[in-house]
Amino acid sequence: MSKEEVVLLDFWVSPFCNRAKIALAEKGVAHEDREEDLFGGKSELLLKSNPIYQKVPVLLHNGKPVCESTNIVSYIDETWPSPALLPPCPYGRASARFWADFIDKKVFDAGSKIWKSKGEEVEVAKRDFIEILKQLEGALGEKDYFGGDSFGFVDIIAVPLTSWFHACEKFGGFEFEDHCPKFSAWMKRCMERESVSKILPDPEKVYEFVIMLRKMRGIE
Amino acid sequence: MADKVILLDFWPSMFGMRVRIALAEKGVEYEFREEDLFNKSPLLLKMNPVHKKIPVLIHNGKPVCESLIAVQYIDEVWNDKAPLLPSDPYRKAHARFWADYVDKKMYDLGKNVSTKKGEEQEAANKEFIECLKLFEGELGDKTYFGGETFGFCDVALITFYSWFKTFEMCGNFSIEAECPKLIAWAKRCMEKESVAKSLPDRHKLYDFALQVKKMNGIE
Repeated sequence: MSKEEVVLLDFWVSPFCNRAKIALAEKGVAHEDREEDLFGGKSELLLKSNPIYQKVPVLLHNGKPVCESTNIVSYIDETWPSPALLPPCPYGRASARFWADFIDKKVFDAGSKIWKSKGEEVEVAKRDFIEILKQLEGALGEKDYFGGDSFGFVDIIAVPLTSWFHACEKFGGFEFEDHCPKFSAWMKRCMERESVSKILPDPEKVYEFVIMLRKMRGIE
Repeated sequence: MADKVILLDFWPSMFGMRVRIALAEKGVEYEFREEDLFNKSPLLLKMNPVHKKIPVLIHNGKPVCESLIAVQYIDEVWNDKAPLLPSDPYRKAHARFWADYVDKKMYDLGKNVSTKKGEEQEAANKEFIECLKLFEGELGDKTYFGGETFGFCDVALITFYSWFKTFEMCGNFSIEAECPKLIAWAKRCMEKESVAKSLPDRHKLYDFALQVKKMNGIE
């Protein structure tokens, strides 16, 4: 059998790239992470592999590109089936895809609004963000993970975003654990997994990155 | 035990149309329940508490929300005929990518074409056509987006075709003149019974759009 070539066009702080990396780690797939310089100049390979969005992550499997992080995680799950990230039954899968879609539509933007805003807007952004996390707590219920007993698809979609929460807390002047203890407990549970703790960046470093982003955007 | 399938829907919704097509492709009997979006039913609010939107597919009492998720669900449950997604993971990922692109772009672009005026209208028309040309590029010389058979990406995009007359009238431009290949593809899709019976009459849609614009104070 010929050797598989798996390359991930990556950016260290991107929660979307980290989704792909965690999925690959969970499956035990050997791969090469290639760091892109998103500020200095995107590589030819990135522009050629993702001409529509010109964004990371891009997974290149034997040279063929797969784009959009949730799509990439689905692809990884289907190509390397064990251990399964999605449940076997169609209803469970639909439910997982629904929550992955909710997280995609809501979480990063709501969190970013906190550190992009000024004055009273920050309070509004904070409230919206906490409201969204509470909805996710509802989906989690009493389960250890979103899918049940095992770490799976929705957990992988959600957990990388949490490395940005510390920055949201600093700029928002709050601790989300006070408002969403269940979500916080789930986060800690995920961080006990090697695939997660080894891959997610130090929240302090993410905070420093956000400070730089704010400066770049001229936000005081 | 017979399956009980209900679709909570709204006749002009291009998202609801997707689910109608998928159910028709699979030959699934279902009950179509029209929602009054200004007076949403308790059932809708209970089945989709997160977004409170249509379409909602209810299969033996269990809700599936978000149109493309519902289409995938239908494809997986009624897997004995008319596969909508390919079995190969790479081709599947490719189909999902383009369906997602339709989701990210078409509604807002269409809305802008229908509601903007003056210079903004010109810009909206241009962006809309550029997007359609991207789809033409992806379609290439294939019969359908997935190749020889009607599939996921076709379902995702064809429902916007019923709104093209509205976009053309509001935007004062011809889509066929700019994107003949895409219109040819759309007409091919419309020859399928599942599509033809799931899409409403485009004149009716245009009348509806005019009513909505009036209600919102847009000329």
